[in-house]
Amino acid sequence: MSAAAGVAGRPAAGPSGPSAAVKAGRAVRGYAPAVLVAVGGLLVWELAIRLANLNAFILPAPSAIIAALIENWNGERFPLWQSAQNTIIEAVGGFLIGTTAGVVVAFAAARWGGMRALLLPLAIAANAIPIIAFAPLFNTWFGLLNPLSKMMMAAVLSFFPVMANVTRGLSGVDPGQLELMRSYAATQSTVLRKVRIPNALPYFFTALKLASTLSLIGAIVAEYFGGQGSVLGRMIVQSASALKFDITWAAVSLAAIAGIVFYLVIAAIERIAIPWHASSRSED
Amino acid sequence: MAGSADTAPIVHIAAVDKVFAGREGGRTTALSAIDLDVRPGEFVSLIGPSGCGKSTLLRVIGDLVQPTRGSVSVNGKTAEQARKDRDYGMVFQAPVLFDWRSVEDNVKLPLEILGKDRAWRAQRAKAMLELVELGDFTKHMPYQLSGGMQQRVAIARALSFEPRILLMDEPFGALDEMTRERMNDEVLRIWEQTGTTVVFVTHSIPEAVYLSSRVVVMSARPGRITRIVDIDLSRPRSEESRETPRYFELITGVREALRAGGGDVDDAGTPSAARTMAEGAVG
Repeated sequence: MSAAAGVAGRPAAGPSGPSAAVKAGRAVRGYAPAVLVAVGGLLVWELAIRLANLNAFILPAPSAIIAALIENWNGERFPLWQSAQNTIIEAVGGFLIGTTAGVVVAFAAARWGGMRALLLPLAIAANAIPIIAFAPLFNTWFGLLNPLSKMMMAAVLSFFPVMANVTRGLSGVDPGQLELMRSYAATQSTVLRKVRIPNALPYFFTALKLASTLSLIGAIVAEYFGGQGSVLGRMIVQSASALKFDITWAAVSLAAIAGIVFYLVIAAIERIAIPWHASSRSED
Repeated sequence: MAGSADTAPIVHIAAVDKVFAGREGGRTTALSAIDLDVRPGEFVSLIGPSGCGKSTLLRVIGDLVQPTRGSVSVNGKTAEQARKDRDYGMVFQAPVLFDWRSVEDNVKLPLEILGKDRAWRAQRAKAMLELVELGDFTKHMPYQLSGGMQQRVAIARALSFEPRILLMDEPFGALDEMTRERMNDEVLRIWEQTGTTVVFVTHSIPEAVYLSSRVVVMSARPGRITRIVDIDLSRPRSEESRETPRYFELITGVREALRAGGGDVDDAGTPSAARTMAEGAVG
């Protein structure tokens, strides 16, 4: 269906869009400037550090970071790959818990107006609290060495955007669509299935993209406050206190890559799940 | 065509009032002492200035709004029962298409809700889209269509389950004049082919006269019926009907009825403007 996205605003054209090759070409052209800027930035960074002879203490060169990454990939003191895996498990676990809870509460809130009136102000208030400040408490509640304490931090951070967005998507339906469904004498469950849920999907995916980033932040920050050793948060804290900043940067880079990949996976699922939505249509 | 005078009405409205409670305890009388019968197969337009309650009256018929007083019966049933029996096909000013459904799936939606089987749904959707001349666009998504095409999908959808009564609330209000005239011809053709009863809300005098068997003229504050004008233009109507002296007389008649009711009249409703429009469409 994404093929049809190419003909936006041109009803005369058939539903078959441009060929795959043309689309691939467009995608390359679309991303080329960003890739060029990124590569250029890394080159400038590398050159600036070599020419200015800056201390690696302040900012290691990209080449040094990559070297540290390769060197410590399966390192004994700084096992970066193992750490990245553990952190990703915590983040994804928390993301799943938080998202599930957010969807369940959103459905309850959309179903029972009274519950919505009760929950939304509470949720907004709770969302205004810097939840990350609770990280040390979470470690106490769910066990310092138990990955669950990190997962729960990620889960709480993921919960709010999902709950708020899905509630809005389920209840914020075009009144005309509801009137139409009423004229068909449709039952509430039919309205839910055929109108409210499809209407909420774009909101849901927006929330998932937010939650993907937040869950990784939650997991890493919770790790800063202690716990099992082989996680990115511990790698960052320990390498920094050992003044091995190239390793710190390598761990941060891994976290960044994990965040980007997580986001892209969700964006890809979004394109497949809701090709009709504006956010999924290719620009023309 | 329009049912003869002695046919039992399909819609019978007796002494209907509708009062809306305002925000600050104020009350707005949207409809006052409305009596109206619509005969089977008739094409009735409700016309009047903004705030005259014409849309409210349409919604009262369709059981989307409850009257404060009075009664509405449809086919001898309450409006609510008629709605539950799926006697109404609704078309609003906005097409109200579901973005996530293709053109064809939008048309199938009421059939799914009515529990019709897959083969029937496919067959009806195809037939209805051909009726509104969108047979080549079944797989398109709504955002790929122009406003006029989207409105035609809404009409196909409203007709898909063969409702007894088609309720149309300013369906072409958002379209340009040329598209609107084309859509008017299309609606007349569909009405003649299906024999359905149509209640049509508009604020365009030429549109009301061109389409209708009768034009119900309403006035505002409180919304009431001031006159019902019989439109005796011969059928089938076409571009030529728009150039007959009788057409202009009727337009003038409806306009004067609106003036008498204290309504503001749409400038496009003047005969000279209508004539220019008709000539523009021909040339």
